[in-house]
Amino acid sequence: MSKVIEIQGCTAVYGRNEVLSRVSLTVEKGEFLVIIGPSGCGKTTLLKMVNGLMTPAEGEVLVNGERLLECDLTMLRRRIGYAVQGAKLFPHMTVMENICYVPGLSRKMTKGEKEALTCKMLEMVELSPDLASRFPRQLSGGQQQRVGIARAIASEPDILLMDEPFGAVDEITRKALQEELSALWQKTGITVLFITHDIGEAFKLGSRIVVMKDGVIWQEGTQEELMSAPRDEFVKRLISK
Amino acid sequence: MHIIQILWDRRDFFLTCLLEHIRISLTAAVCAGVIGILTGILISRHKRAAGIVLGIINVVYTIPSISLLGLLIPLTGIGDKTAVIALTVYGLLPIVRNTYTGLTNVDASILEVSEGLGTNQRQIMTRIRIPMALPVIISGFRNMVVMIIAMSGIASFIGAGGLGAAIYRGITTYNMTLTAAGSILIAVFALLSDWMLSKAERMVNRRYGIE
Repeated sequence: MSKVIEIQGCTAVYGRNEVLSRVSLTVEKGEFLVIIGPSGCGKTTLLKMVNGLMTPAEGEVLVNGERLLECDLTMLRRRIGYAVQGAKLFPHMTVMENICYVPGLSRKMTKGEKEALTCKMLEMVELSPDLASRFPRQLSGGQQQRVGIARAIASEPDILLMDEPFGAVDEITRKALQEELSALWQKTGITVLFITHDIGEAFKLGSRIVVMKDGVIWQEGTQEELMSAPRDEFVKRLISK
Repeated sequence: MHIIQILWDRRDFFLTCLLEHIRISLTAAVCAGVIGILTGILISRHKRAAGIVLGIINVVYTIPSISLLGLLIPLTGIGDKTAVIALTVYGLLPIVRNTYTGLTNVDASILEVSEGLGTNQRQIMTRIRIPMALPVIISGFRNMVVMIIAMSGIASFIGAGGLGAAIYRGITTYNMTLTAAGSILIAVFALLSDWMLSKAERMVNRRYGIE
Protein backbone atom coordinates (compact mmCIF):
# COMPACT_ATOMS: atom_id res chain seq x y z
CA MET A 1 0.00 0.00 0.00
CA SER A 2 1.31 3.43 -0.81
CA LYS A 3 0.22 6.78 0.47
CA VAL A 4 -1.60 8.76 -2.20
CA ILE A 5 -2.80 11.69 -0.15
CA GLU A 6 -1.12 12.96 3.00
CA ILE A 7 -2.61 15.81 4.98
CA GLN A 8 -0.23 16.82 7.73
CA GLY A 9 -1.39 18.99 10.60
CA CYS A 10 -3.47 21.31 8.44
CA THR A 11 -5.27 24.33 9.79
CA ALA A 12 -7.69 26.38 7.73
CA VAL A 13 -9.07 29.79 8.56
CA TYR A 14 -11.98 31.71 7.07
CA GLY A 15 -11.80 35.26 8.34
CA ARG A 16 -11.53 34.75 12.09
CA ASN A 17 -13.07 31.30 12.18
CA GLU A 18 -10.83 28.30 12.32
CA VAL A 19 -12.66 25.71 10.25
CA LEU A 20 -9.96 23.06 10.47
CA SER A 21 -7.53 22.67 13.34
CA ARG A 22 -4.41 20.60 12.87
CA VAL A 23 -6.03 17.84 10.88
CA SER A 24 -3.89 14.95 9.74
CA LEU A 25 -5.14 12.28 7.39
CA THR A 26 -3.53 9.73 5.11
CA VAL A 27 -5.29 8.06 2.21
CA GLU A 28 -3.87 4.84 0.84
CA LYS A 29 -3.89 3.88 -2.82
CA GLY A 30 -7.16 2.28 -3.89
CA GLU A 31 -9.06 3.27 -0.76
CA PHE A 32 -12.63 4.53 -0.78
CA LEU A 33 -12.48 6.99 2.05
CA VAL A 34 -15.71 8.66 3.12
CA ILE A 35 -15.70 11.79 5.24
CA ILE A 36 -18.89 12.37 7.16
CA GLY A 37 -19.98 15.10 9.52
CA PRO A 38 -22.56 17.81 10.10
CA SER A 39 -22.51 20.91 7.89
CA GLY A 40 -19.84 23.37 8.88
CA CYS A 41 -17.54 20.68 10.28
CA GLY A 42 -14.87 21.49 7.68
CA LYS A 43 -15.21 18.46 5.42
CA THR A 44 -15.47 20.41 2.17
CA THR A 45 -12.51 22.56 3.20
CA LEU A 46 -10.50 19.42 3.85
CA LEU A 47 -11.38 18.05 0.41
CA LYS A 48 -10.47 21.31 -1.32
CA MET A 49 -7.04 21.21 0.28
CA VAL A 50 -6.26 18.09 -1.70
CA ASN A 51 -6.60 19.83 -5.08
CA GLY A 52 -5.32 23.16 -3.85
CA LEU A 53 -8.58 25.09 -4.11
CA MET A 54 -7.93 25.86 -0.45
CA THR A 55 -4.48 26.53 0.95
CA PRO A 56 -3.82 25.55 4.56
CA ALA A 57 -2.79 28.34 6.91
CA GLU A 58 -0.61 25.84 8.67
CA GLY A 59 0.52 22.35 7.79
CA GLU A 60 1.15 20.65 4.52
CA VAL A 61 -0.55 18.53 1.87
CA LEU A 62 1.19 15.94 -0.29
CA VAL A 63 -0.34 14.21 -3.28
CA ASN A 64 1.55 11.23 -4.67
CA GLY A 65 4.50 12.34 -2.57
CA GLU A 66 4.54 15.81 -4.15
CA ARG A 67 4.21 18.84 -1.91
CA LEU A 68 1.29 20.97 -3.09
CA LEU A 69 3.10 24.19 -2.23
CA GLU A 70 5.85 23.38 -4.69
CA CYS A 71 4.02 21.79 -7.58
CA ASP A 72 2.15 23.20 -10.55
CA LEU A 73 -1.42 23.15 -9.19
CA THR A 74 -3.08 23.41 -12.60
CA MET A 75 -1.26 20.35 -13.91
CA LEU A 76 -1.90 18.45 -10.68
CA ARG A 77 -5.64 19.16 -10.82
CA ARG A 78 -5.85 17.69 -14.31
CA ARG A 79 -4.73 14.39 -12.79
CA ILE A 80 -7.31 14.54 -9.97
CA GLY A 81 -10.99 13.97 -10.73
CA TYR A 82 -13.39 16.42 -9.11
CA ALA A 83 -17.16 16.05 -8.84
CA VAL A 84 -19.46 18.25 -6.77
CA GLN A 85 -23.05 18.48 -5.62
CA GLY A 86 -25.43 19.47 -8.40
CA ALA A 87 -22.80 18.36 -10.96
CA LYS A 88 -22.10 21.98 -11.99
CA LEU A 89 -21.77 21.05 -15.63
CA PHE A 90 -20.72 23.85 -17.95
CA PRO A 91 -24.09 25.09 -19.22
CA HIS A 92 -22.75 26.37 -22.53
CA MET A 93 -21.20 23.05 -23.50
CA THR A 94 -22.84 19.88 -24.76
CA VAL A 95 -22.50 16.61 -22.86
CA MET A 96 -19.64 15.65 -25.17
CA GLU A 97 -17.81 18.94 -24.61
CA ASN A 98 -18.28 18.58 -20.85
CA ILE A 99 -16.91 15.04 -20.82
CA CYS A 100 -13.92 15.91 -23.02
CA TYR A 101 -13.24 19.09 -21.05
CA VAL A 102 -10.27 17.98 -18.93
CA PRO A 103 -8.31 16.08 -21.60
CA GLY A 104 -9.05 18.99 -23.96
CA LEU A 105 -7.30 21.42 -21.61
CA SER A 106 -3.91 19.86 -22.24
CA ARG A 107 -4.11 19.02 -25.93
CA LYS A 108 -6.25 19.47 -28.99
CA MET A 109 -8.51 16.49 -29.51
CA THR A 110 -9.82 15.35 -32.89
CA LYS A 111 -13.54 14.88 -33.40
CA GLY A 112 -13.05 11.12 -33.60
CA GLU A 113 -11.17 11.04 -30.30
CA LYS A 114 -13.86 13.10 -28.62
CA GLU A 115 -16.62 10.85 -29.89
CA ALA A 116 -14.83 7.69 -28.83
CA LEU A 117 -14.08 9.04 -25.35
CA THR A 118 -17.63 10.34 -24.88
CA CYS A 119 -19.09 7.01 -25.95
CA LYS A 120 -16.85 5.12 -23.56
CA MET A 121 -17.53 7.41 -20.62
CA LEU A 122 -21.29 7.52 -21.18
CA GLU A 123 -21.33 3.75 -21.20
CA MET A 124 -19.35 3.70 -17.97
CA VAL A 125 -21.92 5.89 -16.19
CA GLU A 126 -24.78 3.97 -17.83
CA LEU A 127 -26.13 6.69 -20.07
CA SER A 128 -27.21 6.42 -23.68
CA PRO A 129 -24.67 7.71 -26.25
CA ASP A 130 -27.57 9.64 -27.80
CA LEU A 131 -27.19 12.22 -25.03
CA ALA A 132 -23.77 13.38 -26.33
CA SER A 133 -25.17 16.36 -28.23
CA ARG A 134 -27.56 17.51 -25.49
CA PHE A 135 -26.99 20.53 -23.30
CA PRO A 136 -26.98 20.12 -19.49
CA ARG A 137 -30.33 21.85 -19.03
CA GLN A 138 -31.91 19.23 -21.27
CA LEU A 139 -30.91 16.48 -18.82
CA SER A 140 -32.54 15.29 -15.60
CA GLY A 141 -30.76 15.82 -12.28
CA GLY A 142 -29.58 12.22 -12.17
CA GLN A 143 -28.31 12.36 -15.75
CA GLN A 144 -26.43 15.59 -15.00
CA GLN A 145 -24.81 13.97 -11.99
CA ARG A 146 -23.74 11.00 -14.09
CA VAL A 147 -22.22 13.31 -16.70
CA GLY A 148 -20.50 15.15 -13.84
CA ILE A 149 -18.86 11.89 -12.78
CA ALA A 150 -17.96 11.09 -16.38
CA ARG A 151 -16.31 14.52 -16.69
CA ALA A 152 -14.38 13.90 -13.48
CA ILE A 153 -12.93 10.57 -14.59
CA ALA A 154 -12.57 11.19 -18.34
CA SER A 155 -8.82 11.78 -18.14
CA GLU A 156 -8.40 8.58 -16.12
CA PRO A 157 -7.19 10.20 -12.91
CA ASP A 158 -5.94 7.98 -10.12
CA ILE A 159 -7.61 10.12 -7.46
CA LEU A 160 -11.26 11.14 -7.43
CA LEU A 161 -12.56 13.84 -5.10
CA MET A 162 -16.32 13.92 -4.62
CA ASP A 163 -18.09 16.58 -2.59
CA GLU A 164 -21.60 15.33 -1.80
CA PRO A 165 -22.08 14.38 -5.45
CA PHE A 166 -25.45 12.73 -4.86
CA GLY A 167 -26.86 15.39 -2.58
CA ALA A 168 -29.23 16.88 -5.13
CA VAL A 169 -30.85 13.80 -6.68
CA ASP A 170 -33.89 11.79 -5.67
CA GLU A 171 -33.68 8.70 -3.46
CA ILE A 172 -34.04 6.09 -6.22
CA THR A 173 -31.48 7.72 -8.49
CA ARG A 174 -29.11 8.10 -5.54
CA LYS A 175 -29.24 4.36 -4.82
CA ALA A 176 -28.48 3.59 -8.47
CA LEU A 177 -25.64 6.09 -8.60
CA GLN A 178 -24.12 4.69 -5.41
CA GLU A 179 -24.10 1.19 -6.85
CA GLU A 180 -22.57 2.37 -10.11
CA LEU A 181 -19.88 4.33 -8.32
CA SER A 182 -19.09 1.34 -6.14
CA ALA A 183 -18.77 -0.88 -9.21
CA LEU A 184 -16.63 1.73 -10.94
CA TRP A 185 -14.32 1.91 -7.94
CA GLN A 186 -13.88 -1.85 -7.83
CA LYS A 187 -13.28 -2.01 -11.57
CA THR A 188 -10.73 0.81 -11.85
CA GLY A 189 -8.98 0.70 -8.49
CA ILE A 190 -9.16 4.49 -8.31
CA THR A 191 -8.59 6.19 -4.96
CA VAL A 192 -11.75 7.98 -3.88
CA LEU A 193 -12.21 10.69 -1.30
CA PHE A 194 -15.93 11.13 -0.81
CA ILE A 195 -17.89 13.59 1.30
CA THR A 196 -21.40 13.03 2.56
CA HIS A 197 -23.66 13.79 5.49
CA ASP A 198 -25.66 10.60 4.98
CA ILE A 199 -24.39 7.74 7.17
CA GLY A 200 -26.17 5.12 5.06
CA GLU A 201 -24.24 6.33 2.02
CA ALA A 202 -20.99 6.33 4.02
CA PHE A 203 -21.46 2.75 5.16
CA LYS A 204 -22.53 1.59 1.73
CA LEU A 205 -19.58 3.08 -0.13
CA GLY A 206 -16.65 3.60 2.20
CA SER A 207 -13.87 1.15 2.82
CA ARG A 208 -12.90 3.49 5.63
CA ILE A 209 -14.92 6.25 7.27
CA VAL A 210 -13.74 9.46 8.85
CA VAL A 211 -16.13 11.27 11.20
CA MET A 212 -15.52 15.00 11.49
CA LYS A 213 -16.81 17.45 14.05
CA ASP A 214 -15.95 21.11 14.65
CA GLY A 215 -12.91 21.10 12.40
CA VAL A 216 -11.22 18.01 13.77
CA ILE A 217 -11.27 14.31 12.96
CA TRP A 218 -13.47 12.88 15.69
CA GLN A 219 -13.12 9.21 14.89
CA GLU A 220 -12.04 7.03 11.99
CA GLY A 221 -12.34 3.37 11.11
CA THR A 222 -14.36 0.82 9.18
CA GLN A 223 -18.09 0.46 9.56
CA GLU A 224 -17.60 -2.39 12.06
CA GLU A 225 -15.15 -0.41 14.14
CA LEU A 226 -17.47 2.58 14.34
CA MET A 227 -20.45 0.40 15.19
CA SER A 228 -18.69 -1.63 17.87
CA ALA A 229 -16.78 1.16 19.55
CA PRO A 230 -18.24 4.61 18.92
CA ARG A 231 -16.15 7.27 20.61
CA ASP A 232 -19.06 9.08 22.28
CA GLU A 233 -22.73 10.04 22.10
CA PHE A 234 -22.12 12.15 18.97
CA VAL A 235 -20.82 9.22 16.95
CA LYS A 236 -23.42 6.90 18.42
CA ARG A 237 -26.20 9.24 17.37
CA LEU A 238 -24.68 9.70 13.93
CA ILE A 239 -24.47 5.99 13.14
CA SER A 240 -27.84 5.13 14.58
CA LYS A 241 -29.63 7.33 12.03
CA MET B 1 -46.91 60.09 -50.68
CA HIS B 2 -44.67 63.12 -50.83
CA ILE B 3 -42.02 61.19 -49.00
CA ILE B 4 -41.99 58.27 -51.45
CA GLN B 5 -41.96 60.79 -54.30
CA ILE B 6 -38.98 62.66 -52.91
CA LEU B 7 -37.11 59.41 -52.17
CA TRP B 8 -37.55 58.35 -55.77
CA ASP B 9 -36.84 61.73 -57.37
CA ARG B 10 -33.64 62.25 -55.41
CA ARG B 11 -32.63 58.62 -55.17
CA ASP B 12 -28.99 59.27 -56.06
CA PHE B 13 -28.69 61.81 -53.26
CA PHE B 14 -30.36 59.51 -50.73
CA LEU B 15 -28.30 56.51 -51.82
CA THR B 16 -25.06 58.46 -51.32
CA CYS B 17 -26.27 59.61 -47.91
CA LEU B 18 -27.32 56.11 -46.91
CA LEU B 19 -23.98 54.58 -47.95
CA GLU B 20 -22.10 57.26 -46.02
CA HIS B 21 -24.36 56.67 -43.05
CA ILE B 22 -23.64 52.94 -43.17
CA ARG B 23 -19.91 53.58 -43.48
CA ILE B 24 -19.74 56.01 -40.55
CA SER B 25 -21.94 54.02 -38.19
CA LEU B 26 -20.38 50.69 -39.09
CA THR B 27 -16.86 52.06 -38.52
CA ALA B 28 -17.89 53.48 -35.16
CA ALA B 29 -19.69 50.25 -34.17
CA VAL B 30 -16.64 48.15 -35.00
CA CYS B 31 -14.30 50.54 -33.14
CA ALA B 32 -16.56 50.70 -30.09
CA GLY B 33 -17.06 46.93 -30.22
CA VAL B 34 -13.36 46.10 -30.29
CA ILE B 35 -12.28 48.75 -27.75
CA GLY B 36 -15.31 48.11 -25.56
CA ILE B 37 -15.00 44.33 -25.38
CA LEU B 38 -11.25 44.50 -24.73
CA THR B 39 -11.81 47.13 -22.02
CA GLY B 40 -14.56 45.01 -20.49
CA ILE B 41 -12.27 41.96 -20.38
CA LEU B 42 -9.42 43.97 -18.85
CA ILE B 43 -11.48 45.58 -16.10
CA SER B 44 -13.28 42.32 -15.27
CA ARG B 45 -9.99 41.23 -13.69
CA HIS B 46 -9.48 44.37 -11.62
CA LYS B 47 -12.43 45.40 -9.50
CA ARG B 48 -11.01 48.77 -8.51
CA ALA B 49 -10.05 49.73 -12.07
CA ALA B 50 -13.53 48.68 -13.15
CA GLY B 51 -15.20 51.23 -10.89
CA ILE B 52 -12.99 54.04 -12.19
CA VAL B 53 -13.29 53.13 -15.87
CA LEU B 54 -17.06 52.64 -15.73
CA GLY B 55 -17.36 55.91 -13.82
CA ILE B 56 -15.45 57.84 -16.48
CA ILE B 57 -17.44 56.26 -19.32
CA ASN B 58 -20.66 57.08 -17.49
CA VAL B 59 -19.68 60.73 -17.13
CA VAL B 60 -18.69 61.01 -20.80
CA TYR B 61 -22.03 59.47 -21.71
CA THR B 62 -23.88 62.31 -20.02
CA ILE B 63 -22.24 64.96 -22.23
CA PRO B 64 -24.85 66.00 -24.83
CA SER B 65 -23.81 64.62 -28.20
CA ILE B 66 -23.94 68.01 -29.92
CA SER B 67 -21.50 69.51 -27.39
CA LEU B 68 -19.16 66.50 -27.55
CA LEU B 69 -18.98 67.03 -31.31
CA GLY B 70 -18.29 70.72 -30.73
CA LEU B 71 -15.58 69.94 -28.17
CA LEU B 72 -13.87 67.57 -30.59
CA ILE B 73 -13.67 70.06 -33.48
CA PRO B 74 -10.57 71.91 -32.18
CA LEU B 75 -8.84 68.56 -31.67
CA THR B 76 -9.77 66.55 -34.74
CA GLY B 77 -11.37 69.09 -37.06
CA ILE B 78 -14.70 68.68 -38.83
CA GLY B 79 -15.87 65.80 -40.95
CA ASP B 80 -16.24 62.04 -40.78
CA LYS B 81 -13.26 61.40 -38.52
CA THR B 82 -14.65 63.50 -35.68
CA ALA B 83 -18.07 61.94 -36.13
CA VAL B 84 -16.65 58.42 -35.89
CA ILE B 85 -14.69 59.32 -32.75
CA ALA B 86 -17.72 60.84 -31.03
CA LEU B 87 -19.96 57.89 -31.95
CA THR B 88 -17.33 55.42 -30.76
CA VAL B 89 -17.11 57.18 -27.42
CA TYR B 90 -20.89 57.00 -26.98
CA GLY B 91 -20.97 53.39 -28.11
CA LEU B 92 -18.50 52.36 -25.43
CA LEU B 93 -20.88 52.57 -22.48
CA PRO B 94 -23.34 49.81 -23.39
CA ILE B 95 -20.68 47.46 -24.67
CA VAL B 96 -18.18 47.93 -21.81
CA ARG B 97 -20.90 47.66 -19.21
CA ASN B 98 -22.46 44.55 -20.73
CA THR B 99 -19.11 42.85 -21.26
CA TYR B 100 -18.10 43.60 -17.68
CA THR B 101 -21.45 42.49 -16.23
CA GLY B 102 -21.50 39.33 -18.33
CA LEU B 103 -17.96 38.33 -17.40
CA THR B 104 -18.30 39.03 -13.70
CA ASN B 105 -21.73 37.48 -13.25
CA VAL B 106 -20.63 33.96 -14.15
CA ASP B 107 -21.74 31.57 -11.40
CA ALA B 108 -18.90 31.35 -8.85
CA SER B 109 -19.44 27.64 -8.27
CA ILE B 110 -18.96 26.96 -12.00
CA LEU B 111 -15.71 28.92 -11.90
CA GLU B 112 -14.52 26.99 -8.88
CA VAL B 113 -15.26 23.64 -10.50
CA SER B 114 -13.46 24.68 -13.67
CA GLU B 115 -10.45 25.69 -11.59
CA GLY B 116 -10.64 22.43 -9.64
CA LEU B 117 -10.56 20.51 -12.92
CA GLY B 118 -7.28 22.14 -13.90
CA THR B 119 -8.27 25.13 -16.02
CA ASN B 120 -5.62 27.86 -16.06
CA GLN B 121 -6.50 31.56 -15.83
CA ARG B 122 -6.37 32.17 -19.57
CA GLN B 123 -8.54 29.14 -20.28
CA ILE B 124 -11.05 30.24 -17.63
CA MET B 125 -11.43 33.46 -19.61
CA THR B 126 -11.59 31.92 -23.08
CA ARG B 127 -13.47 28.70 -22.35
CA ILE B 128 -15.76 29.63 -19.47
CA ARG B 129 -16.21 33.35 -18.87
CA ILE B 130 -16.37 34.71 -22.43
CA PRO B 131 -18.64 32.00 -23.88
CA MET B 132 -20.95 32.23 -20.87
CA ALA B 133 -21.05 36.04 -21.13
CA LEU B 134 -21.51 36.08 -24.90
CA PRO B 135 -25.32 36.47 -24.90
CA VAL B 136 -25.03 39.53 -22.62
CA ILE B 137 -22.17 40.97 -24.68
CA ILE B 138 -24.11 40.54 -27.92
CA SER B 139 -27.22 42.17 -26.50
CA GLY B 140 -25.04 45.14 -25.48
CA PHE B 141 -23.62 45.24 -28.99
CA ARG B 142 -27.13 45.26 -30.42
CA ASN B 143 -28.18 48.21 -28.26
CA MET B 144 -25.02 50.04 -29.21
CA VAL B 145 -25.46 49.57 -32.96
CA VAL B 146 -29.04 50.90 -32.93
CA MET B 147 -27.96 53.85 -30.79
CA ILE B 148 -25.01 54.69 -33.07
CA ILE B 149 -27.12 54.50 -36.23
CA ALA B 150 -29.68 56.88 -34.74
CA MET B 151 -27.05 59.22 -33.37
CA SER B 152 -25.13 59.33 -36.67
CA GLY B 153 -27.90 61.63 -37.86
CA ILE B 154 -26.31 64.47 -35.91
CA ALA B 155 -22.92 63.94 -37.52
CA SER B 156 -23.81 66.18 -40.47
CA PHE B 157 -23.88 69.16 -38.09
CA ILE B 158 -20.09 69.03 -38.07
CA GLY B 159 -19.80 68.45 -41.79
CA ALA B 160 -19.82 64.67 -41.84
CA GLY B 161 -21.94 62.83 -44.38
CA GLY B 162 -24.80 60.45 -43.88
CA LEU B 163 -28.58 60.74 -43.79
CA GLY B 164 -28.23 63.57 -41.28
CA ALA B 165 -27.29 65.70 -44.31
CA ALA B 166 -30.80 65.18 -45.73
CA ILE B 167 -32.39 66.04 -42.40
CA TYR B 168 -30.19 69.11 -41.95
CA ARG B 169 -30.85 70.33 -45.46
CA GLY B 170 -34.57 69.81 -44.95
CA ILE B 171 -34.50 71.89 -41.77
CA THR B 172 -32.52 74.79 -43.24
CA THR B 173 -34.69 74.98 -46.38
CA TYR B 174 -38.06 74.49 -44.63
CA ASN B 175 -38.50 71.25 -46.58
CA MET B 176 -40.18 69.00 -44.04
CA THR B 177 -40.63 66.16 -46.56
CA LEU B 178 -36.88 65.98 -47.02
CA THR B 179 -36.35 65.88 -43.23
CA ALA B 180 -38.99 63.20 -42.80
CA ALA B 181 -37.55 61.09 -45.62
CA GLY B 182 -34.08 61.20 -44.06
CA SER B 183 -35.47 60.31 -40.64
CA ILE B 184 -37.47 57.40 -41.98
CA LEU B 185 -34.45 55.99 -43.78
CA ILE B 186 -32.44 56.15 -40.55
CA ALA B 187 -35.21 54.39 -38.65
CA VAL B 188 -35.51 51.68 -41.31
CA PHE B 189 -31.75 51.16 -41.36
CA ALA B 190 -31.65 50.94 -37.54
CA LEU B 191 -34.54 48.48 -37.37
CA LEU B 192 -33.04 46.34 -40.11
CA SER B 193 -29.68 46.18 -38.33
CA ASP B 194 -31.42 45.33 -35.07
CA TRP B 195 -33.31 42.54 -36.76
CA MET B 196 -30.15 41.10 -38.31
CA LEU B 197 -28.32 41.23 -35.00
CA SER B 198 -31.24 39.57 -33.26
CA LYS B 199 -30.81 36.69 -35.71
CA ALA B 200 -27.11 36.52 -34.84
CA GLU B 201 -27.99 36.65 -31.16
CA ARG B 202 -30.38 33.76 -31.51
CA MET B 203 -27.77 31.75 -33.40
CA VAL B 204 -25.22 32.25 -30.63
CA ASN B 205 -27.77 31.42 -27.94
CA ARG B 206 -28.67 28.22 -29.71
CA ARG B 207 -25.01 27.28 -30.07
CA TYR B 208 -24.54 27.76 -26.33
CA GLY B 209 -27.68 25.91 -25.35
CA ILE B 210 -29.61 28.86 -23.99
CA GLU B 211 -32.63 28.46 -26.23
